[in-house]
Amino acid sequence: MNMITEYITFLKERYPDILARTGEHLIIVGSAVILGCIVAISTAIILTRFKDGFASSLSFGLANIFQTIPSIALLAMLIPLLGVGRNPAILALFLYSLLPLLRNTYSGIKEVDSNIIEAARGMGYSSFQRLWKIELPLARPYILSGIRLTTVYIISWTTLAAIVGAGGLGDLIIAGMANNNNFLIFTGTVSAIILALAADLILGFISKDRTIKE
Amino acid sequence: MIRLEKVYKRYADGFQALTDINLDLEAGKIHVFIGPSGCGKSTTMKLINRLITPSEGKIFIDGEDITGVNPVQLRRKIGYVIQNIGLFPHMTISENVAVVPRLLKWDEDKIQNKVNELLSLVNLPPETYKNRYPGELSGGQQQRVGVIRALAAEPDIILMDEPFSALDPISREQLQDELTNLQENIQKTIIFVTHDMDEAIKIADNIVLMKAGEVVQVGTPEQILRHPANDFVKEFIGKKRLVEHRENPFLNSFDAEGVPSVKDVMIDKPVTASPSRGLASSLNLMEQRRVDSLIIVDKNRKLLGYAPILNVLSEISDETKVLADVMQSFKFAVKPDDPFTVALEFMGQNNAPYVPVVNDANVLVGAVTRGSIVRLMSEVYPVAEEVL
Ligand SMILES: Nc1ncnc2c1ncn2[C@@H]1O[C@H](COP(=O)(O)OP(=O)(O)OP(=O)(O)O)[C@@H](O)[C@H]1O
Ligand SMILES: [Mg+2]
Repeated sequence: MNMITEYITFLKERYPDILARTGEHLIIVGSAVILGCIVAISTAIILTRFKDGFASSLSFGLANIFQTIPSIALLAMLIPLLGVGRNPAILALFLYSLLPLLRNTYSGIKEVDSNIIEAARGMGYSSFQRLWKIELPLARPYILSGIRLTTVYIISWTTLAAIVGAGGLGDLIIAGMANNNNFLIFTGTVSAIILALAADLILGFISKDRTIKE
Repeated sequence: MIRLEKVYKRYADGFQALTDINLDLEAGKIHVFIGPSGCGKSTTMKLINRLITPSEGKIFIDGEDITGVNPVQLRRKIGYVIQNIGLFPHMTISENVAVVPRLLKWDEDKIQNKVNELLSLVNLPPETYKNRYPGELSGGQQQRVGVIRALAAEPDIILMDEPFSALDPISREQLQDELTNLQENIQKTIIFVTHDMDEAIKIADNIVLMKAGEVVQVGTPEQILRHPANDFVKEFIGKKRLVEHRENPFLNSFDAEGVPSVKDVMIDKPVTASPSRGLASSLNLMEQRRVDSLIIVDKNRKLLGYAPILNVLSEISDETKVLADVMQSFKFAVKPDDPFTVALEFMGQNNAPYVPVVNDANVLVGAVTRGSIVRLMSEVYPVAEEVL
């Protein structure tokens, strides 16, 4: 009981700070994911236009390499290149977002029923119209679920970005550890979890397939 | 008019799908491609809208070599019903049907009218179905939508790849009728792929029969049925249809050899029963098949005798009796190769309603009945059409 009132007082005192960190967190996640979407989705679309698999195995290989570098290592490696602060963090997280986005978009488009593609060609869709009106809409659930997945885990990884001085909810945790303040650690962690759950819920709602009514 | 000239198709994996295809497909007619699975029907059809490019040879539409035509423009002018329906699952039925008109930038009012008209044509009331998604339709309904989608932009050429395959026999017949009726008004050039010979005979102006990547025979249904080019065609058409249509060849044999033989005249499925059949159920069978006697055969179809209805009736009150107890034996049977006059003579002298036909092993293969004689006579002396 005592602890709860204490925590409420704590929240009243520190909420501007908490909100600011949350805002930073969202900006980092948003920038990384949006950049990732732009690059990965367009690359995936281009890759689906190639008949032979060379270009796609190359890109997937590359994205895979980024994926396997431990996140702390990647962040550390970027410090000498880009210094500290928000930008190197966004870059690192962006690199992490590439593989799942690339993979989902690519397989989403590739997996469109070949009969539907043939029907679209036979009806006289140009290749661009086919992409826009048929392939992308049909791949949409895949692409959105890729975005959802990526966003959720980028939100959690962004807490690490505080170690390169990017700010965000990780700041609260680091400060809490430094000052031995459990409320700070707790607030940072729980806020990151809430953000992740909220993102999952919202993006899940958006990606729901509405062509089959129940 | 569509013309294929010395067309060969080899797929990327080296498979030779088509060999030396030469076809002239007259405008305004229904051309049916038929042949066993994998013989190249779909491949040939897809050459016409350039979904497939020939490895060699040329294709002309109205005299124009289509390799010079932009494939996207070409396809918008050719209706296409894909073999596996291929509706767009994320578009409503009305959006699906409207695809090509929209690509051609028709007026929205005109599109809506067309969509409604076509949906009604195939018995899918627009109010009910327009805003549904393909996943909310049965397979047969989807197939009908696939067909009208190809008609929507009023193309002069329509390619239909097994368009009725997912329909039940009744809707299939109905759509076949619909198609032939429609065709009388619109006179499109229709290329229609099917496996079903009855369907081909029913709707085709011209049949293209294919086998293993080659065209085996081209002709009207009549020509193909009357003059099948070789044994493959005969087999493909099927004995049943050949027999049905053998009326004239059969008459020819009548002229040439004097008298047709028993096997040309007989019915091949007389009503038979086993000797252990009970009397009540035998009576029932006679009623159903409208016969006044049953031919009795053992389980190897060896002829045992017959049971006339009077014998059955006189013993019917005795539940223990079976056909064997009331059976009589035949005084006479004929062989399939006997001249049918032998049967006729016997029937005339004995006032017998029919004569059984057995092979050398005494196995029943048919019967010459009064009905079969009447049919023969009607062929020899056809109704006075020639007089008119
Ligand atoms: N893309 C392809 N690559 C290699 N072989 C192919 C390809 N498409 C079709 N074939 C082969 O070409 C042959 C003819 O195919 P096609 O689809 O024209 O047959 P079809 O007569 O329409 O058969 P069905 O009645 O089963 O539809 C088949 O043996 C098929 O396996
Ligand atoms: Mg086919």
